[in-house]
Amino acid sequence: MADARPRPPRLATLRRLARHNSFRFGFVVVVLLAAAAIAAPWITAELPTAMHLRLRFRPPSATSWFGTDLFGRDVLARVLYGGRLSLWIGFATAAISSILGAFIGVISAQYRRFDAVLMRIMDGLMAFPAILLAIGVSAALGPQTGSVIAALSIAYVPRTARVVRASALVIRELEFVDAARVAGATDLRLMLRHILPNCMGPLLVQFSFTFAYAILAESALSFIGVGPPPPAPSWGNIIAEGRDYTIEAWWIMLFPGIAISLAALGMNLLGDGLRDLLDPRLKVDS
Amino acid sequence: MNLRLLQQTARAAREIVRRLAQTVPVLLVVAVVTFALLHLLPGDPAVMIAGDQASPEVIARIRADLGLDRPLLEQLLHWLAALLQGDFGRSLLLNQTVLSAVAERLPITGSLAMLSLVITLPVGIVLGTLAAYYRGTWLDSGVMGVALLGVSIPSFWIGIVSILLFGAVLHWLPTGGYVPIAQGVRPWLACLIQPAVVLALFQIGFLARLTRSAMLDTLHQDYIRTARAKGLGEWLTVARHAFRNTLIPVMTAIGIILSLLIGGSVIVEQVFALPGMGRLVVQAIMARDYPLVQGTMLLFGLAFVLINLAIDALYVLVDPRVRYG
Repeated sequence: MADARPRPPRLATLRRLARHNSFRFGFVVVVLLAAAAIAAPWITAELPTAMHLRLRFRPPSATSWFGTDLFGRDVLARVLYGGRLSLWIGFATAAISSILGAFIGVISAQYRRFDAVLMRIMDGLMAFPAILLAIGVSAALGPQTGSVIAALSIAYVPRTARVVRASALVIRELEFVDAARVAGATDLRLMLRHILPNCMGPLLVQFSFTFAYAILAESALSFIGVGPPPPAPSWGNIIAEGRDYTIEAWWIMLFPGIAISLAALGMNLLGDGLRDLLDPRLKVDS
Repeated sequence: MNLRLLQQTARAAREIVRRLAQTVPVLLVVAVVTFALLHLLPGDPAVMIAGDQASPEVIARIRADLGLDRPLLEQLLHWLAALLQGDFGRSLLLNQTVLSAVAERLPITGSLAMLSLVITLPVGIVLGTLAAYYRGTWLDSGVMGVALLGVSIPSFWIGIVSILLFGAVLHWLPTGGYVPIAQGVRPWLACLIQPAVVLALFQIGFLARLTRSAMLDTLHQDYIRTARAKGLGEWLTVARHAFRNTLIPVMTAIGIILSLLIGGSVIVEQVFALPGMGRLVVQAIMARDYPLVQGTMLLFGLAFVLINLAIDALYVLVDPRVRYG
C-alpha cells in the first residue's frame, strides 16, 4: 500500500520562499556571513591569534580595516575566524536541540505514559531562565566549546520538544495516520514515516530561531566568562576581551557586535519566512 | 456580585488547585536539576572554605560538617527535607543565610524587572497593534524592523554602548551602581532607567511581533466583519472588538516575558553593576558557593512556576471559553 507521507517540498514551495522578502534577505545575510567565515584565509592574510605587540590598539585603517586589539591582533581576522566558532556553536546547538526535541516531542505525543514524565521534566527545565541554566551548565562542564554547546542545547531542548509535541498531537489524530495504523504499521513506523515528517515545518522554524538565540546566548556566556575559552576567537569573547577598552578602542567590540546582530537578524528573518510558508496556523501573514 | 462572575471565580479557584497539584513534580525536577548541577561543578567547596594551605584533617572535618561525605541520595533527601521546613541553608562565603542574602537583593532585581515590564507592555502592545492595523505600509515595515533589531542585538552590547554614550560621554546618567529608593526617587530612577530600557528592548521586540500576529488573526475574524457591517465606527471596532480579543494571547505571553526579563536581568545586572539576584547567582556559581547556588536557582524556578500559575488562573477568569483538562 502507498505511504501517506507528505510530498517533499516541490519547486513551487521553494519558489514561494524565494519570493518572500524577509526570507530572501535573511538567507542572503546568513549565507554571506557563513561564506566570509569559511573564506577567512582568502580574505585576510593575518592569523587571528598572531600578536604584534608594537601595533597595539591601532584604529581602523587601510591596512587593517577593523583595527587591532590589546595584543596587536588584527580585529578583522578575529571577527572572520570568530564567525566560524560562533556560527558553529549556533548551528550545533540548533541541530542538537532539534534532534533531541523531535525525539522527546514525538515520543510523548505517542505514549501517554511517557508524556506525563517527560513533560514535567521539560517544565522543570523551562522554569529556569534559559541563560541562567546555560551559565550553570557551562560553568559545571568547564571552559570548552563543547560545554557551551551542551549547555545551550539543554537550555533550548524543552522549547523544541513542546513545539514538536503540539504538532504531533494534532497529526496523530488525522485520518492518514489511522489508515496507516489499520494497515498494520508499527508504532515506530508511524512515528518515523508519518508523524515526524509532518512536524518538519514547525521544527525547521524552531531550528532557525534557536540558531539566532544560541548566537546571542554564546556572546552573553562569553561576557559572563563561561563562553568558549580564549585565545581562539568567538564573536562573544572578542567583545568580552574588548569591553575594558571601549573608550580608547571602540572598534574591538563594535565589529563583532555588528556581526552577532547581523547573524541573529538573518536567522530571525529566515525563521519568520519559514513560519509564514510552512506553519499552517499562521497563514494570515503571507 | 453577579452570578456569572461568581461561577467564573469558582472555576478559576478549582483550576488553581489542580494546577498547584501539577506544580509539585515540576518543583521537584527544579530542585533535582539544581542539585545535580552543583555536584557536576568541579572544585571542592571544603577546600574553598579552608583555603589551599589547610591540612587534610581540617578539610575532612569541614566536609563532614557540610555533609559532603554522605552518599549523594542522602544529601539530596537531607536538602529537600530542610527545604520543606523553609531552611534554604547558609552561604559558604557571604556569612549569611541564603534567604537573607536573597532578601537583600530581591528589591533591586524586583524594581528593575517591574520598571522594565512597565516600559515593555504599553510600547510593545501599541507598536504591534499599529503594525497590524497598518499592515503592509511603511509604518508596518518600520515598526517590525525596529522590533526585529530589538530581538537581534545582544542586550549587554547595547548596554555597554549606552553606558559609553549617556554615562561617559554625555554625563547624563550614572555609569552603574545602585541607589535605594529610600535615598530619593530621582537618583534611584537615574540608576535604573538605563538598565530597564536596555532590558526592555528585547521584550518590546518580542511582544510587538507577537501582538502583531495575534491582532492580524483577530482582524480576520467574522465578528470584526460583522461589527464593521453593522456600521460600528472604525475606532470602536478596533478598540472594543479586536483589541480586547488580542489581549488574551498577549496575556499568556506575559509569563514568557517575565521569564525573559529574569533571564535578561542576570546579564544586564552584570553590565550596570547592579547588586541584584542575577549578580548574586553568577557570583555564587563562580565561587562554587553551592548552598547559595542551590537556593537562588530554586527560588528563580519557584518564581517562574508561581507566575505562570497566576497567569493561568487569570486566563480562566478573563476568557470563559478556556477549560483545561
